[in-house]
Amino acid sequence: MNDVNRRVLPGFRLSLGYTLAYLGVLVLVPLAACFSKAATLPFDRFWAAVSTERAIAAYELTVGASLVSAAINVVLGVLVAWVLVRYEFPLKRLVDSLVDLPFALPTAVAGLVYSSLYVESGWLGRFLVPLGIQAAYSRLAIVLVLVFVGFPFVVRTLEPVLERIDADIEEAAACLGATRLQTVTRVIFPSLYPALVTGFALSFARALGEYGSVVFVSGNMPFKTEIAPVLIVARLEEFAYAEATAIAVVLLVISFSVLVVVNLLERWSKRVYA
Amino acid sequence: MSITVKQVSKSFGSFRALEHVSVEVAGGSLVALLGPSGSGKTTLLRIIAGLEVADSGTVLYEDEDVTDAAVKDRNVGFVFQHYALFRHMTVFENVAFGLRVRRWPRKRVKERVGELLRLIQLDALAGSYPSQLSGGQRQRVALARALAPEPKVLLLDEPFGALDAKVRQELRQWLRRLHDEIHVTSVFVTHDQEEAFEVADRVVIMNHGHVEQTGTPREIFERPANPFVMDFLGNVNVFHGHVVRGRMKAGSLEVDYPAHPHDEPRPATAFVRSHELDILRTPNGRSSLEGKIMHLSPAGPVVKARVFAADFGIVLNVDVPRDRYAELGLEVGDTVYVAPRDVRVYLQDYII
Amino acid sequence: MSTPEKTNPRSDPRWVRVALIAAALGVIGVLIVIPLVDVFVEAFGRGLGAYWQTLTGDADTQAAIRLTLTVAPIALALNLIFGIAAAWAISRFRFPGRTLLTALIDLPFSVSPVVAGLIFVLIFGLQGYLGPWLRAHDWRIIFATPGLVLATTFVTFPFIARELIPLMEAIGADEEIAAASLGASGWQLFRRVTLPNIKWGLVYGIILCNARAMGEFGAVYVVSGHITGRTDTMPLRVEKLFQEYNTPGAFAVASLLASLALVTLAVKTALEWKTRRDLAEAARLRSEGDAA
Ligand SMILES: Nc1ncnc2c1ncn2[C@@H]1O[C@H](COP(=O)(O)OP(=O)(O)OP(=O)(O)O)[C@@H](O)[C@H]1O
Ligand SMILES: [Mg+2]
Repeated sequence: MNDVNRRVLPGFRLSLGYTLAYLGVLVLVPLAACFSKAATLPFDRFWAAVSTERAIAAYELTVGASLVSAAINVVLGVLVAWVLVRYEFPLKRLVDSLVDLPFALPTAVAGLVYSSLYVESGWLGRFLVPLGIQAAYSRLAIVLVLVFVGFPFVVRTLEPVLERIDADIEEAAACLGATRLQTVTRVIFPSLYPALVTGFALSFARALGEYGSVVFVSGNMPFKTEIAPVLIVARLEEFAYAEATAIAVVLLVISFSVLVVVNLLERWSKRVYA
Repeated sequence: MSITVKQVSKSFGSFRALEHVSVEVAGGSLVALLGPSGSGKTTLLRIIAGLEVADSGTVLYEDEDVTDAAVKDRNVGFVFQHYALFRHMTVFENVAFGLRVRRWPRKRVKERVGELLRLIQLDALAGSYPSQLSGGQRQRVALARALAPEPKVLLLDEPFGALDAKVRQELRQWLRRLHDEIHVTSVFVTHDQEEAFEVADRVVIMNHGHVEQTGTPREIFERPANPFVMDFLGNVNVFHGHVVRGRMKAGSLEVDYPAHPHDEPRPATAFVRSHELDILRTPNGRSSLEGKIMHLSPAGPVVKARVFAADFGIVLNVDVPRDRYAELGLEVGDTVYVAPRDVRVYLQDYII
Repeated sequence: MSTPEKTNPRSDPRWVRVALIAAALGVIGVLIVIPLVDVFVEAFGRGLGAYWQTLTGDADTQAAIRLTLTVAPIALALNLIFGIAAAWAISRFRFPGRTLLTALIDLPFSVSPVVAGLIFVLIFGLQGYLGPWLRAHDWRIIFATPGLVLATTFVTFPFIARELIPLMEAIGADEEIAAASLGASGWQLFRRVTLPNIKWGLVYGIILCNARAMGEFGAVYVVSGHITGRTDTMPLRVEKLFQEYNTPGAFAVASLLASLALVTLAVKTALEWKTRRDLAEAARLRSEGDAA
């Protein structure tokens, strides 16, 4: 089809040329600049910059909080997707569109409101703080807001897969003597695994880079509640560009690895299950 | 184990899918549910399995009333038209599923699955995933999976519907042999009459949520209970006329109809199967119709002739045996006489 | 007579359904509804007059609103042109590296916004690769509007393209080939054949892109330099007011952004219904065509 289209339809060179140029100028060259800037740093200085105790604490917190929040999102996502696909209840349509709010709501707004909800005088904090649960200016606060930010990913990757599970699969399981619980755990969930992995990874990747919302709620205390993007900004504000860049490179490498792993997993699951 | 369906009705909204359906399936027999699309075959099968709840009526397995029993407690094997295999499980795990949920010991699971895989001749593919199998192989796996927990009854919904003609042919003969070996009471749905007649001990013909006729293939073929069955079996020629004083008359066609000896004529319809018509070069005294050959298709074991009968203004389908065709030297355009050997007459009232 | 739940193997027992629905509503409530309501309650808590005063009485807030309304449309326009060009090239032609190109378009999604800001500082900042040259010509990019536009464009880069590519692939090139063979020029082809087919997908991409562009925080935070009244966009203004303990002010600006999010969601939902209806319609027409 390529030759035919190229002969018949106009604009191949123009559109591809423009796409490549734009992608290059806006995305590839700047990203390359980041890596080349990091590369100008002698290795021991690079290593020193990325391996300070403060930086390591920040990676640990970033990755840890992102993992925890993505895991929570998997549980919540399965629940919500299941309910939205399988059951009927009043206001279902509204609830369904609200799931996307974290995609549409600016992260600064999310951060602002989460910080005010969980302080002692806030709507939710007034119940939680007396119980000793500090969900503002703490690691818990970071996890909470990351759960919010990544919430739609699992739901939205799961929904179409759940919809596509044929009725006869479940009926077959029941005919073979499975209880409802056995059908759900042995037949339905396993067929969701690929989508769950994708949803988890998307939510995790989003959480890794998140800045706007976390900066409001975490308190940003070095070693305690400082995530890697906040540390980058702190370094920048000290005009320590090289250090900031070094940490940024670490963050980029982590994110890209997640991306690659997800793609490999998807390809693998397509091969096995398709 | 026998199955008894008594007076079962089922509606979807205002649509009556089954109305007072009663069916008996003798223990160890293989019964086909045959009927046009939408006639309620699947619905009946699903009610027998417990996948659907009847609005009224009862279902018995042997003497036990299972109308209200949940599917998983009925111990039925069900084979779905589109296989419904578990895609994330290997062939082995698919077949083992029913045993694992029943907590069979590992060793027995392995033995039983091995046995079944040999039965369906797929032991070499135990480790494959369903996506790696052909349609016919998948359906065999589905059958093995249904048979693994030793079900009391086996229900199959158009098991070969999604397969191509050749595989279908092979599999249905294989199903018959398999049934002869294991003798589990089986009901299968089909809308392919050849399949039903070739495989089943008894055939139940359904239409519009009713049972039209039940019988052995031979009974049904030789004594269709009513015009619907006759027509459904296909390849019939239809003549409209009337009966009066014990005779049915339709143009130059006349046959006895002793069931109506009365003086007042009643509209009636005569059905003649295409293989029950003879072609003659000259009228031979028997009741016959003059016609002109319009088309001959000599492919297959019989030659199919289309003969235009000017008196009736209709085209008759006639199956001519090969040797007879050669003997007469038929050509398109020839004038011939068509004589029915067997005519079935139904009074018009009975036609739906 | 048995209950359907008992026999229908696909439906869960009533108590399970009720419990799961309650749990899901609880999750949505705590995670999404309460925060959303809280934004507006905090914003309007002291009355409509005070709210209005907070928004209009503050020149810096006004400037932030104006800046956002400048930056976002520019970023949107840039990505719109790019999205159409990329979708045209990728969906209508086959060329080596096509899969890689498609993957690269998604790249900005996996770059932390802070890093996205940083890379532009590294190029255009005072100590960046082009910094000295820019200073010699007295051009400012970082800590000025162009920097904000660049950073915003980067983070919203994939939205429109990734909406259009699958859509145009699904539609196929038949109509366009037909039009081209009838002698339509490139522009006529696009205006009269392509655009009508993709318009809803385009709108969908645009609203998502716009929501992100107006709401972007991390990337613009890094390049803005926080010059009050000059380089603060609305989300940055929220943060500054928050830092200054001007909570009512912060929530007032936040309520504008939250309203934008609600409008986005409403349009998005409406478009999804429409597409679903169109698809059902198309399927119906097709099956009728088959039956005929
Ligand atoms: N779950 C359902 N909801 C509504 N109507 C249904 C449902 N199941 C079946 N029907 C209707 O009941 C009628 C009988 O359906 P059934 O599936 O039993 O027919 P069938 O004989 O198996 O046909 P086919 O040969 O096409 O499979 C059909 O008209 C169908 O539309
Ligand atoms: Mg059916």
